[in-house]
Amino acid sequence: MNRVRSFAGGIHPLHAIGHGKGLSAGLPIEMLPAPERVYIPMSQHIGAPCGPCVAVGDHVKRGQKVGEVRGFVSAPVHASVSGTVVEIAPHLVTGGSMVPCVVIENDFHDEWDESCLADPLPLERIDAQQALSAILEGGVVGMGGATFPAHVKLSPPKGAKIDYLLLNGAECEPYLTADHRMMLEQSARIIGGIRIIAKALGDPACIVGIELNKKDAIAAMERAAQGTGIRIAGMPVKYPQGSEKQLIQVLTHRQVPSGKLPMDAGCVVVNVSSAAAVYDAVALRRPLTERVVTVTGAVAHPKNLLVRVGTPASALVEYCGGLSENVGRVVSGGPMMGIALFDLSVPVTKGTSGVLALTKSQADPGVTTNCIRCGRCVRGCPMHLLPYELCNDVEKNNWAAAEKHNALDCIECGSCTYVCPAKRPITSSIRIAKRQVMALRKKK
Amino acid sequence: MSNLTVSLSPHVRSENSTQKIMFSVCIALIPALVFAVYWFGWTVLLTVALSMAAAIGSEALMQKILKRPITVSDGSAAVTGLLLAMTLPAGCPWYVPVLGAVFAIVIAKQVFGGLGDNFVNPALAGRAFLLASFPASMTSYLPVADAVTGATPLSSEFAGQVDYLQAFLGQIGGSIGEVSKLALLIGAAFLLIKGIIDWRIPVTYLGTMMLLNLIFGKPVLDAVLLGGTVLGAFFMATDYVTSPVPAWGRVIYGVGIGVINFAIRTWGAYPEGVTYAILLMNIATPLLERFTRPRKYGEVKRHA
Repeated sequence: MNRVRSFAGGIHPLHAIGHGKGLSAGLPIEMLPAPERVYIPMSQHIGAPCGPCVAVGDHVKRGQKVGEVRGFVSAPVHASVSGTVVEIAPHLVTGGSMVPCVVIENDFHDEWDESCLADPLPLERIDAQQALSAILEGGVVGMGGATFPAHVKLSPPKGAKIDYLLLNGAECEPYLTADHRMMLEQSARIIGGIRIIAKALGDPACIVGIELNKKDAIAAMERAAQGTGIRIAGMPVKYPQGSEKQLIQVLTHRQVPSGKLPMDAGCVVVNVSSAAAVYDAVALRRPLTERVVTVTGAVAHPKNLLVRVGTPASALVEYCGGLSENVGRVVSGGPMMGIALFDLSVPVTKGTSGVLALTKSQADPGVTTNCIRCGRCVRGCPMHLLPYELCNDVEKNNWAAAEKHNALDCIECGSCTYVCPAKRPITSSIRIAKRQVMALRKKK
Repeated sequence: MSNLTVSLSPHVRSENSTQKIMFSVCIALIPALVFAVYWFGWTVLLTVALSMAAAIGSEALMQKILKRPITVSDGSAAVTGLLLAMTLPAGCPWYVPVLGAVFAIVIAKQVFGGLGDNFVNPALAGRAFLLASFPASMTSYLPVADAVTGATPLSSEFAGQVDYLQAFLGQIGGSIGEVSKLALLIGAAFLLIKGIIDWRIPVTYLGTMMLLNLIFGKPVLDAVLLGGTVLGAFFMATDYVTSPVPAWGRVIYGVGIGVINFAIRTWGAYPEGVTYAILLMNIATPLLERFTRPRKYGEVKRHA
């Protein structure tokens, strides 16, 4: 392992309680029994939603495609249990919108679809084209939360040279330990996935970046990576270390040019759990139908659960002994960038890294005062913006100033809002600014 | 399950708050206050109480008149009142702290929009107002030993007669809160360790003063051990609202205060100069911020 230097800016959220990771970091991944019904949303990724390719009454097997891509930036979805399609209708999903879901009644036979039963492919025999089409067919998306379709990310335009494949094992969000447990328990699958992705990208240098608070994961990954040429880098613990742009800077000393993609810095960044999903999709021919979800915070027994896609969040919480009485907010994902849930009926999707219950006092934003210009947001901003200034621009509805002050460079990591002693809603304000600036640009 | 709160991320906040920061500043001034009571007697507490009460009261009243939310609980008015009292001579008449605090809050702070919108340090603005209005009361210092009321040791009549150890401990004439450098440094260390103030401003300010003293052949330690430079550097110049936010802006700001303060002390008609040096650089803050904006991530040439 080689240690790398940290990036400028960033914060240490919930440092006093060990970033909340202690609740679940030591707990092995447990399999959550598949529920009676799964709700499989047709949109679990960034890009065009899928169209259902099964009908009510159809019998489906696990791994069978139930939603087909409609567009290049899209990823198919598959049945996560075997059973009967009982409904195709909009259901509430994470984020609060109603999305068409294929609802499957589980027959508990757990039969795999024929397409998933072929013999595993040896890694040496896989070529780039094969890999890419298998990744597309397997419905692999970025599992760190952004859910960008993997086959798109791994198909850089002709002429773009990819020097680095960076694996994101930072897991800098407080409380979440899903990637940590994956690296510890499934390092061989992750390394296998990395080798497949590297092949698809024309063999760039591969670096796995892991925060130094996961020493056991670093050791496991180093053992698994022996002889493959894949490097493991220990990164200082700091939020948002796992943000694509900061990860690139720390591991390659390059910066993604403003408004451009990692590709423009010669980099592709893939989450470690996504790499495992790539291995499953390509070598084992099994599409993405389950993932590890950290259920933690104010629940009776925090756990790392292997969950079928489409399982309602309530089933996870129930399995973990239920919510504590004083819970005021439940978040899908981590506390810094996760999405607050309206209710627990929403299904787990490919991008659900955690279900976090926060107590009322934890989620209380506190008393908002005027900005005292203390500069904590500026020191914390990993993009080196002046968040308080952008917040003021928004209060004055001054979108031209917000654009000039680089609102569009904000990655919405929430660091400024976290550290603000005046408890100002800075990140939310900048989100408004970004939307307005984009709208004004379109008009021009 | 409809009793869940839904809002945008982030869903957790740091423990810090405006109130806690203001409270910490008050705590940090307690050692200096204890020393002041020791050297000057209990009357200093009366001055401090009058100043703080007038600051808090006038803030609440002003906000009521202006139909703004009453925010005295954020502690900023209390800090202004306390800081102003620290800059006053012990034993000054009762109306001095009261009028100074009212000026600080009403004219320097609320008229410009309240907390965060004032462009000069309210406590120092209050002090400047008092210096102009009551020059006699403001410069007659209570003796610490069995001496008579006299001028500040910075006056030329005292040149070369200062015992540095006494000055460090506070056995020296001066304002309530400025005399004991030891006590102030204890408080400053507390604020630095808690991350409430940035070292850049006090270090560059005091460093510049000492360097200039060295260059111009004056006793180097006079810069820090005499007058209110330590109080000013750690507790006044570091005021968030009126100092630049970017790191380099803070460095230039500190150097600027040091240069102006040195100039006033060396060539000015006035022996002290901390107040005016900081006030002048307060005014330069927006300009400094404009020229020291950090370079954002991604302002780089394309690779490959």
